[in-house]
Amino acid sequence: MSSQSCVEVHTEWGIVSARQAGRNKAKEIGFGNVDQARITTAISELARNIYLYAEKGEICIGEVSEMGGAGVKKGLQITAKDVGPGIDNIREVMADGFTTSGGLGAGLPGVKRLMDHFDIESTSGEGTTITAIKWLR
Amino acid sequence: MGDAYLRLQEQYRKILNQYLENKNEQGLYHAQQFSKKVLENQISPEEVVSLHLSTLEESFPDIPKGAQDSFEFLLEVMIGYGLAYQEHQSLKDRQRELESEIDVAANMQQTFLPSGIPEPEDLDVGVLSVPASKMSGDYYHFVHDENDCLGVAIADIIGKGVPAALCMSMIKYAMDSLPEQRLQPADLLANLNRVVEQNVASNMFITMMYGSYDVRAHTFQYAGAGHEPGFYYSAEADEFEELSAKGIVLGIKRHAEFREYQRVVAPGDFIVLLSDGVTECRTEQGFIEREEITRLIRNHMHLSAQEMVNHVFHELEKLQGFQLRDDFTLMILRREV
Ligand SMILES: Nc1ncnc2c1ncn2[C@@H]1O[C@H](COP(=O)(O)OP(=O)(O)OP(=O)(O)O)[C@@H](O)[C@H]1O
Ligand SMILES: [Mg+2]
Repeated sequence: MSSQSCVEVHTEWGIVSARQAGRNKAKEIGFGNVDQARITTAISELARNIYLYAEKGEICIGEVSEMGGAGVKKGLQITAKDVGPGIDNIREVMADGFTTSGGLGAGLPGVKRLMDHFDIESTSGEGTTITAIKWLR
Repeated sequence: MGDAYLRLQEQYRKILNQYLENKNEQGLYHAQQFSKKVLENQISPEEVVSLHLSTLEESFPDIPKGAQDSFEFLLEVMIGYGLAYQEHQSLKDRQRELESEIDVAANMQQTFLPSGIPEPEDLDVGVLSVPASKMSGDYYHFVHDENDCLGVAIADIIGKGVPAALCMSMIKYAMDSLPEQRLQPADLLANLNRVVEQNVASNMFITMMYGSYDVRAHTFQYAGAGHEPGFYYSAEADEFEELSAKGIVLGIKRHAEFREYQRVVAPGDFIVLLSDGVTECRTEQGFIEREEITRLIRNHMHLSAQEMVNHVFHELEKLQGFQLRDDFTLMILRREV
């Protein structure tokens, strides 16, 4: 992965900075306005979770590429990392209709939908790391 | 972006420009038709906003910057709707899956019920069992034995739907595993009570009426476990009486004893067994009276036992506005004249 920029999330300001970093990178890679909005929404959700449940952590944004059938594929990768309480039952939180806030559609399943690739690693008591990629089409 | 999307984009451009030119109702009708297509193709709202903006930019090259930027704002707002829509879709798919699983289970459950109706000499039997939803918490059963006795059971699991249906399959299994030799109704219930108490979840209760009709002597011996009383129709008196049997609901006490009752059945007399879905039928005016049921039965008494239960069901169904609130089971045994 090439250069990666990280933003610390500890306040709501951090959430906005993380969005800004994601927006800049998305534009730079060449994403259109719809995908930009999807990427920033995903970042918001991940950053808010850090802010709400782990108190602090960081969001890193980077460009990734992969060799595909039609040449090199470019994408944007979000990594959200914290050493907070972790998530006990990942399967449960990834199920539709689970979010505690009753927030329709968003939450972690929403992030998974907005992005092309989604990976979550979490250990109770140790923290959570979520990686998500959006590929440029 | 797929071909379908490009085609939609082209169409949107066309109908929007048409509308802007003519500003008539027909143009808006096109918009409404378009929205169906968009949903069909699972295009999310934020994509529609972006589609709108790009079409606008083409048609009005000098659209004010502020207006243009406001679409970015709208786009961000619409993302949430897009997600909610997708979640709704996936929940709908899951619901369809569950429904089809329940259909399979309901078909399986049907096979637990007797496939035919016994036709012993001099006795006319009719039965109908209809679940309120797909699966039933009612159960009925016939046992023929070599002593010319026909055993009949009618049971009602307290509760409805899938949990009641699971419990109902337990009862079927329990009845099948009772000792081979014929049991008197009271002993049979005591036996079954033990099985239920030991094997069925403690919050599941079953009421049952079990009777044994002696086809040669024309006697009916029966016992009940907290079950809805039935009726006994005496042809000579031309009257209905309650057919009740005292006994505790199955599954509450480990050791329970049941009282046995006997009736001598005269020609033309009949026995009506039912589940509480029959008597607890609710109309707009409230619960119907038990007399209402006997009135309905009386109206159809000239028919065969099976036709009687069918007609009573149809009329009760109509009274309730074709909405069953509880599983319905009705059984009639009539000594032929
Ligand atoms: N970084 C995290 N650390 C600890 N727990 C987390 C973290 N992220 C999510 N969770 C847990 O997972 C649950 C689900 O998160 P998700 O974002 O899907 O929904 P939500 O935050 O409850 O509601 P919404 O995001 O829709 O407002 C949270 O309620 C929280 O318990
Ligand atoms: Mg959240």
